[in-house]
Amino acid sequence: MKSKARLMQGNEACVEGAIAAGMRFYAGYPITPSTEIAELSAERLPLVGGRFMQMEDEIGGMAAIIGASLTGAKSMTATSGPGFSLKQENIGYASIAEVPCVIVNVQRGGPSTGMPTSPAQGEIMQARWGTHGDHPVIALTPSSVRETFDLTIKAFNFAEKYRTPVILLMDEVIGHMREKVQLPDPSEIEIIDRKRPDCSSEEYLPYEADNDLVPPMADFGTGYRYHVTGLVHDETGFPSNSTAVADKLIRRLSNKIEIHRDEIESWEEENTEDAEVLILSYGCVARSSKSAMNILRERGIKAGTFRPITIWPFPEKRLRELAAKVKTIVVPEMNLGQLVLEVERICGCNAKIEKLNKVSCEIIYPEEIVSKIEEVL
Amino acid sequence: MPSVLVENYFRTEKLPQIWCPGCGHGIITRSIASAIEKSGIDKNKICIVSGIGCSSRAPGYLDFNTLHTTHGRALAFATGIKMAKPEIKVIVIMGDGDATAIGGNHLIHACRRNIGITAIVYNNSIYGMTGGQYSPTTPKYDKGTTAPYGNIDKAFDICKLAASAGATYVGRATAYHASLVTSLVQNAISNEGFSLIEAISMCPTYYGRKNKKGSAVSMMEWQKNSAINISAAAKMSPEALEGKFLIGELKNSPEPEYTNEYQKIIDRLKKESQ
Ligand code: SF4
Repeated sequence: MKSKARLMQGNEACVEGAIAAGMRFYAGYPITPSTEIAELSAERLPLVGGRFMQMEDEIGGMAAIIGASLTGAKSMTATSGPGFSLKQENIGYASIAEVPCVIVNVQRGGPSTGMPTSPAQGEIMQARWGTHGDHPVIALTPSSVRETFDLTIKAFNFAEKYRTPVILLMDEVIGHMREKVQLPDPSEIEIIDRKRPDCSSEEYLPYEADNDLVPPMADFGTGYRYHVTGLVHDETGFPSNSTAVADKLIRRLSNKIEIHRDEIESWEEENTEDAEVLILSYGCVARSSKSAMNILRERGIKAGTFRPITIWPFPEKRLRELAAKVKTIVVPEMNLGQLVLEVERICGCNAKIEKLNKVSCEIIYPEEIVSKIEEVL
Repeated sequence: MPSVLVENYFRTEKLPQIWCPGCGHGIITRSIASAIEKSGIDKNKICIVSGIGCSSRAPGYLDFNTLHTTHGRALAFATGIKMAKPEIKVIVIMGDGDATAIGGNHLIHACRRNIGITAIVYNNSIYGMTGGQYSPTTPKYDKGTTAPYGNIDKAFDICKLAASAGATYVGRATAYHASLVTSLVQNAISNEGFSLIEAISMCPTYYGRKNKKGSAVSMMEWQKNSAINISAAAKMSPEALEGKFLIGELKNSPEPEYTNEYQKIIDRLKKESQ
């Protein structure tokens, strides 16, 4: 049975999605424009037997969700720009120690304190490379309230399945926007839990991966007494100075996402069959792109849209196919051109690539996209 | 042949440990294992967490769920463990720089919440792992590689800091007073709220050498001669206490523990919804 349709904010949908996915621990620090996620988690979690903690700082919030996840609790933290910078240290820890967790970043104007209450899309590359060293990343970008609900669940599922931190990259518009949404019945929602060991504690090698390159994970406090470290480690979990062990570990961490690209990558496309110009955008800007496409179609211009839902890993194969068919790709972004770098890398010289950038901390309007396209065609 | 204590509580295949000859950390780690043994808690319900530094390597040798985290963040990771699974006994091992410089914020807030964690700070007055830089506990005018002309920072009194921030059990001992480390840690573990034990260690390799403190043995002699038990200090004049420091149980005043307080909220909400 479907629930009644409700008027809901993006940040609220994120918490609803997290609870539906099985979140039982949240730790964070107040920051605009993500604070509602903390407030609602504080209200909802104890009602389902979960626990909420307001930590002393952003770093502590990230550390606490890793600790909680090690005991088996599905955990999340949420933040915005400056806080996302502070989270990076322990995102790297979750990555190398393979601890499932979800990090929400509701993007606002940056750098530094920037424009706290205004939207931006400045953390596309930070989401990919924010923490030091080579590491795998999954980052998802919703562009509606309902999609925020769905992608929060997906973020938890990916985190559990691949034992990795997953970033939900929202923006202020999506976070604060209210839309009428109908949430699915819990029975219709797919929930994935991490693999746990089926061997005895004596036989358990905490970092010995299965064929899917993901090692089963034992909850702390259940008799599997193993060691977890942010140092390079071998299958036993203990640190190693071996160059061969380092090489093997860093490659496996990256490959466990690479070999599952087909399962992870998702995107949405419209009118791409006959499109001559493709508008590639994400988050709140994708909503303007859709309107722009409709206006252009009315004016006889064959426009289509492509919206990566997983920004990382980027849906590379599909974009390459489209690049061979269209003449021009226009990439509107609320930054000075971040994802366009990836688009240029993927498309090479197959299509003409045009940037449309705005850093005034306001959304890109459909008319701006329309005039850009009319100008470049 | 390792002793029964070592057999039971250490990962013997990981020994010998990496610490320098004469380092106090091994003695303190053994004393902690002894306290755990005496407390009789199920090994599978104990989790040892550490930050980064010489002392933070200790958990790797101990046979529990062990978590070697990032520099300064051990208490924040530990807070997540304790909140998510309060039945786990969480013991945190940190160094002085780890706990009071980069981790200072986490330390005072863990004290303030009185969350059920036992923190043990191995205080060697220096950053050992990075090669002898001065730390927040290096005595004023002592030397470190980053204080070649003498340190002008005033040192923290870790126990006073913890006690005034709200820790409900606080004690201090030294590597020389190993059995006192054991008894204090044992009491700390049985305190429901946040406990902090400062264990004065010695780093002959850096702090000792930089400050001409002699061998590890003479550094231990200094511990023996400078430490005054709090009960004995009560009968001593201020003059006699000059240049000495207090050891023993410095604070013991139980208060409601944080995860229990949260559980009360969960229970109340459950009742209200029925
Ligand atoms: S450097 Fe100092 S603290 Fe570190 S192991 Fe050596 S003696 Fe101990």
